[in-house]
This record gives sequence, structure tokens and C-alpha cells, in this order.
Amino acid sequence: MIFLSFESLYGSISLAMLSGGLFLAFYRLVRGPSLPDRVVALDLIATISVAMIAVYAVITEKPILLDVAIVVALIAFLGTVAFARYVEKGVSQ
Amino acid sequence: MKEFFAALLMLTGAGFALLAAIGVLRFPDLLSRMHAATKCSAFGVSCVMLAAAVHFAELSVATRAIITITFIFATAPVAAHMIGRAAYFVGVPLWRGTVTDELKGHYDLHTHRLESNAPSTRSRTAPADQEKGGKVSS
Repeated sequence: MIFLSFESLYGSISLAMLSGGLFLAFYRLVRGPSLPDRVVALDLIATISVAMIAVYAVITEKPILLDVAIVVALIAFLGTVAFARYVEKGVSQ
Repeated sequence: MKEFFAALLMLTGAGFALLAAIGVLRFPDLLSRMHAATKCSAFGVSCVMLAAAVHFAELSVATRAIITITFIFATAPVAAHMIGRAAYFVGVPLWRGTVTDELKGHYDLHTHRLESNAPSTRSRTAPADQEKGGKVSS
């Protein structure tokens, strides 16, 4: 029944595009030549996940899911900063 | 009319996120990949959040969307700067078509401090300087 409304139509198209972007970023995560490449790909995956959560909140008419998007964005930032410090200083410090 | 604006914003945001992923896949260099990933994805996510705010048309949802947009626009440059700085110290090779590297010689590789008036001359050509790879353990 959710596939009959207008917002489910453009939401489905947006989800398809975001899924393609997720796949490409995952390919870079697997193939990245260096560790900072993988960190950048992981950051992009987290950002696309935030966008997918927002699209899913619109499709299913549940605005409570936007709180999840905020939390995912926060944790992604903390993870990226931790990875950057690990790359710069190593595990010894 | 409202749904039309929501659809336009959401498709624009999803398209920009897809462009960011294509850029991350196709660009030849870490810094250019970061340039694609940071700016494009931040704009795409903010467009999708604005689409959600327009679609629900409530004050609480709009507040959450604006909070998320502000947070992403505040944290994405910081995260990109930290990754780029760490990659420069580790010695990730630049693209072979790079014209200039103005940071070369201005970073103390042992104390990780930036010197504004380093004694070394500014080099115009920058083949990837591989010999600064193993010096990060200070």
C-alpha cells in the first residue's frame, strides 16, 4: 500500500540512486590504495546512510526516524576523527 | 505543490550524493577524492533533509532537519581537514599531474607543527615525495 502514493514514487527513485552511490563508495572502500582513501569512503558511506534514513522517514511517514539520522551523523563524525588521529599518530601514542 | 518541491529537493540531493560516490570512485588522487566526497555529499544530505522538512511541514521535523544540516556543515570540513592533514604526514602520493605543493617543507615532520617561514625554498614541481613515509613516530 505504500507503493501507491507520490512520495513513495520519488522516494523509491531516490533510494535507488543512493543505493548506487553506496555501492560505488563500498567499491572504493574495498579497493582503496591507502588507508586515508578507505577512511574517506567510510565517511561517504555514513553520509549516504544519513540521506537514506531521511528518505525512508519520508516514505514510511515516520518523522521519528530523523532522530536516528542525527545520531548516525554524530557517530560518523566521531569515527572519522578517531580514524584521522590513528592515521596521524599511530597506535603507539 | 508542496510535494512537487519535496520531490525536486529529494531527487536533487540523491543525485548529488550519487555524484559524490562517482567522484570518489573515479578521481585519481586522495585529495581530489576528498574534494568530491565532502562537498557533494554535504550538499546532497542537506537537500534530502530539506525535502523531509518540506514534506512533513511540521515545526519539530523542520527543527530536526535544520539541526542535522547545521551539524553536517560544521563537521564535514573538520573531518576532511583532519584526514587530509594525516594523509599528508603519512605521505600519501599526490597525483602525477599536480602542479604545485605549497605545504612542502613547511611542516615539521617530527613535531607536526606548521612553520610559516620555513628556511626551505618553495618548490614548484611536486613529484610525490615518498621519503617522508616512516618518520611519523616521534
